[in-house]
Parts: sequence; structure tokens; C-alpha cells
Amino acid sequence: MFKSLQKSQAAALTLMVLALLVIWYIGALWLNSDLLINGYERRNIDWSFSQLVADAYSMKRPLLPTPDQIGAELYKSIFDTKIDSKRSLVYHSGITLSSTLLGFVMGGLLGILLAIGIVHNRTLERSLMPWVITSQTIPILAIAPMIIVVLGALNFTGVLPKAIISMYLSFFPVTIGMVKGLRAPDKLHMELLATYSASGGQLFRKLRWPTALPYLFASLKVAIAASLVGAIVGELPTGAQGGLGARLLSGSYYGQTVQIWAALIVAAVLGAVLVALVGVLERKINRRMGVAA
Amino acid sequence: MKSIRMSHWLLIALGGWALLMSLWITAGEPGTYSRQPLWIALVPLMLIGGWFAMDALTALGESLNSKPAIRAVNLAIPAVFAALILVLWQLIVTGFAVPQVLLPAPSTIGVTFITELQTLAQDFAQTWLKAVLAGWIIGCGSGFAVALLIDRSPFLQKGLLPIGNIMSSIPIVGIAPIMVMWFGFDWQSKAAVVVIMTFFPMLVNTLAGLHASDNLHLNLLHTYAGNRRQTLWYVQLPAALPFIFNALKLNSTLALIGAIVAEFFGTPIVGMGFRISTEVGRMNMDMVWATILVAALAGSISYGLLALLERRLTFWHPSTRANG
Repeated sequence: MFKSLQKSQAAALTLMVLALLVIWYIGALWLNSDLLINGYERRNIDWSFSQLVADAYSMKRPLLPTPDQIGAELYKSIFDTKIDSKRSLVYHSGITLSSTLLGFVMGGLLGILLAIGIVHNRTLERSLMPWVITSQTIPILAIAPMIIVVLGALNFTGVLPKAIISMYLSFFPVTIGMVKGLRAPDKLHMELLATYSASGGQLFRKLRWPTALPYLFASLKVAIAASLVGAIVGELPTGAQGGLGARLLSGSYYGQTVQIWAALIVAAVLGAVLVALVGVLERKINRRMGVAA
Repeated sequence: MKSIRMSHWLLIALGGWALLMSLWITAGEPGTYSRQPLWIALVPLMLIGGWFAMDALTALGESLNSKPAIRAVNLAIPAVFAALILVLWQLIVTGFAVPQVLLPAPSTIGVTFITELQTLAQDFAQTWLKAVLAGWIIGCGSGFAVALLIDRSPFLQKGLLPIGNIMSSIPIVGIAPIMVMWFGFDWQSKAAVVVIMTFFPMLVNTLAGLHASDNLHLNLLHTYAGNRRQTLWYVQLPAALPFIFNALKLNSTLALIGAIVAEFFGTPIVGMGFRISTEVGRMNMDMVWATILVAALAGSISYGLLALLERRLTFWHPSTRANG
């Protein structure tokens, strides 16, 4: 019994999550108690440990909110608020999601196009590839807010500026993965197509593209996560009207820690769901193309 | 050797002439292209010349035999590409008199970079030398240590790996405001963000690397009666090096991003993130771009140094040997 439990993934994960929760509650008590004790002493109140615990877990603006406080805030801002209200996390997630997806599609297309060019043209490879790699050592995310502000000054607001940042972050993994994938076909297969005197287009459609698909999906999973990060950071400057990033910033301005954590949790779930969706799409297409799962 | 045709040489020469001519024309009062649109015709000529120049260099690189010469050509091709982009940027900004607030010309950014070097150096010291370096070392070090600790425990791995994978799809920069609340405005809070951002990539990659060792090698060590430490040192760690360096390189960029973004949420009056956000507010775009230039240089140089170190340490690895 114990042996089989030790081998199960679910048991390990449950244990880890439980441990995390316990650490979280202890941490919340530890971090919040300083503030509380200061408050008690200022008001000359005698306090007991049990009162401290009760107060630490029900502060309005705690240094570290407890999971149940975050859960309550999540419930309130997802189910108890109207969807089009500025307090609804669904509303803010929708804004973030729209620019994430737009940026992801643009970045994916750009990445694929670049990879096709790089694979088919030596000059393009030599001149472009080093800069594709260098582009990622530039902390573009850090200047994202600036791009938004500049574009906003041009009356160029809305989804597109944020999507451009997402695109910049997401084209890179796609390009790298696709260059690898389009070069992946077996030499024998290439020669077979050559004996059939296949044209360049046929070679691409019938061999290079199908071979590259697994690489494409692996990179798309990375790209969509990067795209979400780009969208959220793009919403940080005050220019953005809404979105999870704006929620984070307003929470930090007003010391609403519970609100920050709730927005973070939603962002995390959104990220995991998006990656999982790409995984589902991958399996569907794999099955259709006859690849064994 | 593929010889270059005479017509190509002519196009390259024409492109070079078009480049110099365009720069000379737009050097005076801004807005040349708006007044005399005919000069724009030189720009495509320049681009075509540039393309054939890169084409010729590629052909040259493939016909050469000596290694240093090939390396020089391989550097020259992207350099030509970058130069073309910079010149194009300069021409558009000066030729159409694009307002400074929107996009400063590369020459303006260069001048600002040199005249404001002292301020930029102070920002760099605050953000990079303190927050990024400290956070990167602590984050990568602890990720590596935890990976070594749980390498032999499949149970802990099964619990931690899914969490690590989920963390990689989460925008961790979002914790920046929380860290600023916990650790104050100075660099410690930025370092904390960097630690959290860099920990999980290091953990996941190191674990994958420790499992990548060849079974044959492990068996060999077993026949030598190698103990756990020896196996780790002689087989597992060398095999994990490419993975570890991947994480180190990825983390060097992540760390810089984390530190700069964290500074948007509150910082003393120095630092690259602070400089960017205040100068944007004052519409001093040349200073913002100069800071970005510093960030780009810092990011590329640290990436390059790590890549160099990797080549030194993993000279035996197929992926290194293939590139000569």
C-alpha cells in the first residue's frame, strides 16, 4: 500500500500542495504578526496568541493573505460581480486574453515565415539568424511599458500595441523550433522526393511541413505562455484601461494585496489553460495526420 | 567557388553610393523626404545593394577554407544587416522629420549615450551589479542545489516537477509588487523577484540534465565501484552541463527583465527601470533609448560570456564540435 502510494504521481503532487499550503499559513502568520503586534502595543491592548492568529488570518490588507482570503476574493470577483463590471476578473481576463491571442497569432505567423525564409535562403540565414537570437537577449519586456506609452501618445491604443509586445516575445521560440523542424526530414525521404522530381512547393507541403509539426507545437506551447506574460506586462503602465496587469498595478498602488494575489492566480490559471489548449490541438492534429500518440 | 557576376558588383557599388548619398542629403535640416520625395528612390537602391553584398559575403564564406577568415565573414554578414537597419532608421527619422518624442534617430541616441554615461553607469550599478547579479546567483544556485538534493528521490521529483512546469507558464513578474512590499524599495526586493524567476528554470533544467547521462557511462562507473559522489562528478554533472548552461543563459535575460520591471513598482531614485519610467514621463525618449541600449548590451554580453564559458566546458559535446 505504502509502496504504491510512493509511486503515484497524484499522491506526490497532493503532498507537495498540502506542504505548500501549510508553509503558506505559517508564513502568513509570521509576516502579518509584526504589523499586528505593533498595532496592539500602540493601542496598549493585551493580546493573546489565539487572538493574534485570528487577526493575522483576517486582516484587510495583509502582507501575505491566506489562501482562503484569496479564494473568497476570487469567488467575489468572478461569480458575484457582473461580467462587464470593472471589478470583475472575468472582464479583465477577457482584455488580457484578447491581446494575448492576437499577439500569439501574429508572432506564430511571423515566426513560421522567418523560419521558412531562413531554411530556404542561405543569405537570409547568415544575416538574420544571429539577430533573431540577439533579439531575445534584449530585455524587451522591460521596455514594453514605454512602447505602450509612445503608441498611446500617437492615439494608437487598444489591443494592438500590447499584441505587438506579445508578438515580439512569441515569434522567437517559433522561429527557432521551426528552423529545426523544417530541417528535420530524413535524408532518405528527401532523396525519395527528389527521385519523384518533386517541386520545391511539393517538397515543402508533403515532407518539410509535416515533419516540422511536432517541433511547431512544442514551440507554440512556449510561445503562448510568453505571449501572456507580454500582454500582462504591457498592461502595467497607466495607459492601459484594463486587464490583469492593470489590476496588479492598481492593487499595488492601493496596497490591496488580496486583489494582487487574486489577479496573479487568475493569470497562472489562464497560462496553464492556454498551454493545455495548445496541447489538445496538438493531439487532435497528430491523430488526424496519423501519428501515434 | 561560385564567382560573383559583374552585374552584382555594380549593384553593390550602386547601393553603397546610394547609402552615402542618402545620409549626406538628410544630414542637413530634417524633413528632406517630405520636401523632395524623389530622394526616397535612393533607398530601395541601397537595400538591393545591401542584399547583394550579403549574398556575395555568404558565397565568399562558403568558398573559404581558413577558420579565422570564415569566422570574420560570419560576423560581417549580420553586421551589414544591422548597419542597413540602422541607416534605414536614421533616414526615416531625419528624412521625414519624425518628432523626437516618437522615435529618436540612432545618432541622437548615440550622443545621449556618451554624454550621459555617468548617470547610465550609476543606474547600471544599481540594477545590474546589485539586484540582477545577486538574484541570479542566489536563484540559480538554489535551483541547482535543490535539483541535486531531489535527484535521488523520485517521489519529491514527481511532486515538484509539475509545479516547476506550471511555474514556467505563469507570468512570475507579477509578484514584483508583492516583493516590493515585503523587502522595501531598494535592490533587495528586485533581487527577490529575480531569485523567484530564475529558480524554477534552473531546477527543471538541472533535473533533466542529471537524467540525461548515458546508461553505458553509468554502468561503467558501477563496474568501477564508483560511489554516489563520483558518479555525480564524473558522469552526471558533465552530461548535465549543456542543460545547466541553457538555464543559465535563459536566466541571464529573465533576471534583467525581472529587475527592471520590479523597479516600475517603486525604487530609490536610481536604477534602469526607474530611469525608463521617469524619462518616459518627461518625454525624454533619447535617454530612454540610451538606457535600453545599456540593457541590450548588458543582456547580450552576459549571454555571450556564458556561451563562451559553455564552449570551454563542453568542448566534448557533439553540438559544440559540430560548429567547429
